[in-house]
Amino acid sequence: MEGMNVNLISGRTTVQGQNLDSKLTEKYFGEVARCDMNGSDMEKLGVAKDDNVKVTTAYGAVVVKAKQDDGNPEGLIFIPMGPWCNAVVSGDTHGAGMPSFKGIDAEIEKTEEEVLQVKELMRTYMG
Amino acid sequence: MVEITDVVCSLCGCVCDDIVLEVENNKVVKVKRGACSVGKSKLLGHERIKSPMIRENGELKECSYDEAIKKSAEILYKSRRPLLYGWSSTVCEADKVGVELTEDLGAVMDNTASVCHGPSVLAIQDVGLPSCTLGEVKNRADLVIYWGANPAQAHANHMKRYSYVSKGYWTAEGKKGKKLVVVDVRKTMTAKMADVFVQVEQGQDYPVFSALRAILQGHEDVVPDKVGGVPKEQLLELANMVKEAKFVMTFFGMGVTHTGARHNNIVNAIQFTRAAHLHTKASIMPLRGHYNVAGINQVCTWETGFPFAIEMARGYAWYNPGELSATDLLYRGDCDAAMIIASDPGAHFPGESLKHLAKIPVIQIDPYANPTTEFADVVIPVAVSGIEAEGNVYRMDNIPIRLRKILDTDYLPDEEILERILTEVRALREKEGE
Repeated sequence: MEGMNVNLISGRTTVQGQNLDSKLTEKYFGEVARCDMNGSDMEKLGVAKDDNVKVTTAYGAVVVKAKQDDGNPEGLIFIPMGPWCNAVVSGDTHGAGMPSFKGIDAEIEKTEEEVLQVKELMRTYMG
Repeated sequence: MVEITDVVCSLCGCVCDDIVLEVENNKVVKVKRGACSVGKSKLLGHERIKSPMIRENGELKECSYDEAIKKSAEILYKSRRPLLYGWSSTVCEADKVGVELTEDLGAVMDNTASVCHGPSVLAIQDVGLPSCTLGEVKNRADLVIYWGANPAQAHANHMKRYSYVSKGYWTAEGKKGKKLVVVDVRKTMTAKMADVFVQVEQGQDYPVFSALRAILQGHEDVVPDKVGGVPKEQLLELANMVKEAKFVMTFFGMGVTHTGARHNNIVNAIQFTRAAHLHTKASIMPLRGHYNVAGINQVCTWETGFPFAIEMARGYAWYNPGELSATDLLYRGDCDAAMIIASDPGAHFPGESLKHLAKIPVIQIDPYANPTTEFADVVIPVAVSGIEAEGNVYRMDNIPIRLRKILDTDYLPDEEILERILTEVRALREKEGE
């Protein structure tokens, strides 16, 4: 299977919170540059834990590591709040003041592309 | 080694104030009691920015505090429309100077509420908030509802200190005498603890609140068999739990503010609480993230009349979330300099908004390097509030609590940095007027 249409949400995790003040570390990278999804979605995509997946929305694309979490219903993927998730979030709040950090139409696919480190990711905004 | 008791945690909106630390040679060596794993991580410390820095030819070069403060004042003074953003991980005393600086510069001031509970603020302005203190929750609540929130991971002490697990005056049995309901789109760690888990379809919170309101108001006949993915039987069960409880406490999080109808979700959550009043006592509260995001909303409100997304360019305060909220301002390219203090938009703003942050001069005031540092032209390291600097903060229930200073430091506190920048800005204006 090529790609799959999914609904993307973001949110906090314990390890993300523990590393709020150390976001340039491997620990933060390992926790936040990842995507949780239902096991059956992983099967459909043909990905195993820690395989790279590319998440594309109308606002950008980002590569993260796959992780199984059957707490997510099928078709719903979760990327911890942080730079990787925000790479595919729209800046347009439609006058509400709050971006849509959850409920984003996205496509997910297996990829051989590498996950960018946080500094590399920030540099992509400096065009 | 010295044991220090009653330390106040400066991490999340729980502001736990019963922490016991061991300090040796001016370092926290052990967190003995009180803190959750997230708070403990903060109290034990992380690598710091070593010196003030100014970017030259693309590289950040170390400089003195004086030089960094002077450079910051020049950037802000030259700017036609600076954005002063953050303010939630520092103390109210610093926030107050921030408002003064905003007024002096005619700048835009916004805080992290705009990517957090900004919609809740709008809803509260719309319909009010029947709320209470966390002490009341601890002593009274026998039905606790977490809606679109995962406190087991984001506010790890919340249930233990204030809600489901805590033991209070009328809740002496702790969780044995209480019920926990979790409403979420996925089965989170918190949901796994719940007596009842209500799995709502993502973005469908609004109709679920509406259905519950209808049932509580005696109109269950209008509710269809399924609402937002939730079977009617489960909605009736939840409504029944509300009716039978002595005190219903609803806490809500980003699951409802970040999506769909945004502030209208919260309006409906508040109206659901009001509908519960037809049967019993009920209260509702946003789970605030940063330890002083409630405080910056307080300071901005008492200083300007508005809690966030404020502009002072007209000579008086102008409030317009959606226009003046930081992500919008950056997305539209409507500011020409930014001062980021006590927050990290580099990590927490949409990439589309960061493209403009990369183009304009940026001043960062923070104890730690983070993604925002990559955009910064001036970096000013500061003392960590609650560990190296004292001051007042507001817990998520708007109770003021004083942070203590535990360790000595050579880093300057936020308040002093801001006062010195303000003094320099005024000196530049005076010089130009000569």
